[in-house]
Amino acid sequence: MFKVYSPTAILGYGFSEESFENALRLKPDVIAVDAGSTDPGPYYLGKGISFVERYNTKRDLFYLLKMTKSLDIPLLIGSAGGCGTKSSVDWTFEIIKEICKENNWKFRIAKVYTDISKDFVKKALLEGNIKTLDGSKEFLEKDLERVTNIVAQIGIDPFIEAYKKDVNIVLCGRSYDPSPFAVLPILYGYPKGLSLHLGKILECGAIAAEPGSGRDGIMGVVYEDHFEVFPLIKTRKCTVNSVAAHTLYEKSDPYYLHGPDGVIDLTSTQFIQKDENTVIIEGSKFIDSKEKWLKIEGAALLGIRGVCIAGIRDPIMLSQIEDILSEHQKIVDDVFKEYEGKYKIYFHLYGKNGVMGEMEKEEKISHEIGLIIEVIGENIEIAKSILGFLRSTLLHYGYKGRISTAGNLAFPFSPSEVIWGEAYSFVVYHLIKLQDYDFPVLIEEV
Amino acid sequence: MKLTRLVKVLRTKNSGPFILTIDLIFKDKKIYQELKEKEYFSKKWWSDVYGIKEEDVISVIYFDPVCAVKCNIKRKITSGDPGDTDVYGAQQHAPLLEVDIDV
Repeated sequence: MFKVYSPTAILGYGFSEESFENALRLKPDVIAVDAGSTDPGPYYLGKGISFVERYNTKRDLFYLLKMTKSLDIPLLIGSAGGCGTKSSVDWTFEIIKEICKENNWKFRIAKVYTDISKDFVKKALLEGNIKTLDGSKEFLEKDLERVTNIVAQIGIDPFIEAYKKDVNIVLCGRSYDPSPFAVLPILYGYPKGLSLHLGKILECGAIAAEPGSGRDGIMGVVYEDHFEVFPLIKTRKCTVNSVAAHTLYEKSDPYYLHGPDGVIDLTSTQFIQKDENTVIIEGSKFIDSKEKWLKIEGAALLGIRGVCIAGIRDPIMLSQIEDILSEHQKIVDDVFKEYEGKYKIYFHLYGKNGVMGEMEKEEKISHEIGLIIEVIGENIEIAKSILGFLRSTLLHYGYKGRISTAGNLAFPFSPSEVIWGEAYSFVVYHLIKLQDYDFPVLIEEV
Repeated sequence: MKLTRLVKVLRTKNSGPFILTIDLIFKDKKIYQELKEKEYFSKKWWSDVYGIKEEDVISVIYFDPVCAVKCNIKRKITSGDPGDTDVYGAQQHAPLLEVDIDV
């Protein structure tokens, strides 16, 4: 058997000391943790930064390094730094270096970079080695111009190669979420289907338990013909329901989970309650891919986003709010002819359809509306000019039937506008054919 | 009967930046089986609930181990793109709260 400890849903989301101490007593064979996600949107990949704060990542890493040291077991980190760019792998590495210095610990670390150059992607595009994926649109060479970072989501092979370099820690760029959990069981001969399915369940920490939590760990044990998962604190349980339901989570098809190494086939998977807290999973299979197609992710810079937040309480104004706002779009287009094509305006109306946008079916609106004016300008000056103009014009706009003539907007803050920063878009979310591609592995001793 | 009385989980979430995946997990296996056999949750059913085109409903999958129905629909706006309202896609379940099911 092989014990895999997943301390938390995302490195930096945390875990209790109790959970950590319980895991330590169980003496896992490996600590594996996923740090990544595209869920927070394209900004972090576009910037090449973490969506988790440094302090929180450092806190988790301190405990995990302590366990690595005391049990002399490996620590495998997938999608280090969240988006998994070289910059975010290096960011994680610097934190580890700092902790080691503070505690006088020594480790041998492999860094695996999974960035893919734009030139490589352009070449693949010309050779027909790029495919759309899960609803993404085809892109052209010129669409890559404003893309800042592209990463490939790697599978188990680069991990294994890095681990074989006799290291304590593997810090990997963007990787398929289950990979770090499945790598060592697979290396030691456990079935791929079981190992990867275990990884899929473990990668979100205690979200697969009841009650679920992203801020707690879970343990998985792989055997020749099944695996088991159980929580680390008494107040949680792993049930057939919680574990099987997690197989559905964030995935389009719960029977066939596609990844860089192939497909996890769950059509004959059985979930069995072993005891109050533990679930046995058996029958998960693996279908190897003949060709190596990896997912690549890339975000393009669109411009600078500025935001203004204001409340509207006047019923006369609210009854014609859509007309008033479209009138303001026209006024801006007229006044800022010089900037034509260089800005976009979006009005978010909380209390009307702020959450569901066009899909909102509810027709009545709230007695007050939270208005967010969003402007994306080609540069900061354009974004600021248009946002400031909209704020003052809307504040004093004389709509039909107006009796509240002092001002139309209630601002909660001064200043009422803020420059939010760069706005990005997922332009690359595709498959690329990467047969025999070597991802660089760098060994560091700290 | 209201759908909310039949399910213990009713949720939406991104499955990648372009797809919204919707999960219904039923409390009762018999009711789930009955609805599954009837193919109650057709693409047409989902397109009516969400007021979207049927072709924007990508797939409907029944998952027996937990008595779940999963539906994948195209996001109108890519996650995090300008004009998006729900980057994680985690609050798009409201239209299902009002739905009645013939059981």
